[in-house]
Amino acid sequence: MNGFIEIFFRSVFIENLALAYFLGMCTFLAVSKQIKTTLGLGVAVIVVEGISVPLNNVIYNLLLRQGALDWMGLGHLDFSFLGLLSQIAVIAAMIQILEMVLNKFVPALYNTLGIYLPLLTVNCAILGASLFMVQRDYTFVESVAYGLGVGVGWALAIVALAGLREKMRYSDIPEGLQGLGITFITTGLISLAFIGLAGIQL
Amino acid sequence: MSLKQTVTTPLLKENPLTRNVLGVCAALAITNSLTSSLIMSVAMTTVLVISNATVSLIRHHLPSSVRLIVQITIIASAVTVIDQFLTAYLPAAASTLSVYISLIVTNCIVLGRAETCAMNTGVGRSVLDALGNGLGYSAILIIVSTIRELFGNGSLMGVKILELARDGGWFQPNEMLMLAPSAFFIIGFIVWGIRSWKPEQREQPEFKPLVAPREVEGQ
Repeated sequence: MNGFIEIFFRSVFIENLALAYFLGMCTFLAVSKQIKTTLGLGVAVIVVEGISVPLNNVIYNLLLRQGALDWMGLGHLDFSFLGLLSQIAVIAAMIQILEMVLNKFVPALYNTLGIYLPLLTVNCAILGASLFMVQRDYTFVESVAYGLGVGVGWALAIVALAGLREKMRYSDIPEGLQGLGITFITTGLISLAFIGLAGIQL
Repeated sequence: MSLKQTVTTPLLKENPLTRNVLGVCAALAITNSLTSSLIMSVAMTTVLVISNATVSLIRHHLPSSVRLIVQITIIASAVTVIDQFLTAYLPAAASTLSVYISLIVTNCIVLGRAETCAMNTGVGRSVLDALGNGLGYSAILIIVSTIRELFGNGSLMGVKILELARDGGWFQPNEMLMLAPSAFFIIGFIVWGIRSWKPEQREQPEFKPLVAPREVEGQ
């Protein structure tokens, strides 16, 4: 249980996917104009990360890693090179299913998250979390903590940026820097603040 | 558009990174050394060319309902090949780049070009378009990493250029350039530079202050 909490907080603050690893930046910069939209997007990311990372962990550990097929007498096979293909397929399929399930059973939630879900298939934060999970050799419980943690961290970062951007609408920014340029610089400043957390040992 | 323009437009005018904000993730994370951004540029351009050529070849046989999945599978296969190649022949570089090579799969530039260009143009032009976009992306990557490595570490591609103060030289490196956030600032300033030079790329401000009402004359 101790490891669970540690991994969760580490992935929310210290190893924040958006601000320390720059994953999911395209969406991060493009859809951060209003707090309201980013809240919806943030919840969608938490849900998708929370499901996809543990799911990929199970698939990787039971089917792909070296020696995983021992129960079939095929222990010498190493399918880890298929990891990337299987992960992206799992993510795409999972998002599709999630979309259909939400549409059928929780239409209210579907209306809020619906537009963001397809977008998340090609969000590097989602695939990146699965890749980091494989690279760091997390167990199933750890991968649940990691998935939720990176989701919350990413949501936190995009809501923070949207809050700043809403205030910045009224500021007098040089013409060429308006929009994209100032967003880059603001994100840089937030990211710099997050680096201050890097030394913390949990 | 002439063939030459197909290659040159994405370099500056329609640069995928600074104009369309695509593929930012990798650009920020791996630009602290020139070597890794060169490898990344080559990998990225290769994947773009392979995926654009393949998608363009099969575009007439691709039902639109499954096209995204097919495109992603093609891209992921190309990336897997590059990833395995790097792990086998350049293991040191592959471990520095870690997951970022695999993340080319979700790089919006590749899917974006497959979707907007390769799906409705011939093979030759799609390949040229892929080359142009790959080069435009590489150009920004190389500029950012040159600044970061030269002023942050006094070296280029691992070769000492400026003698560092801590080794008895004269150059005091800017340690912040080695940290990740500096890439945001550098790209922000590059965007500023390009938009000052090419004002048509500027974005309209979202909020315009009301003009103070003029005093009515004769009162």
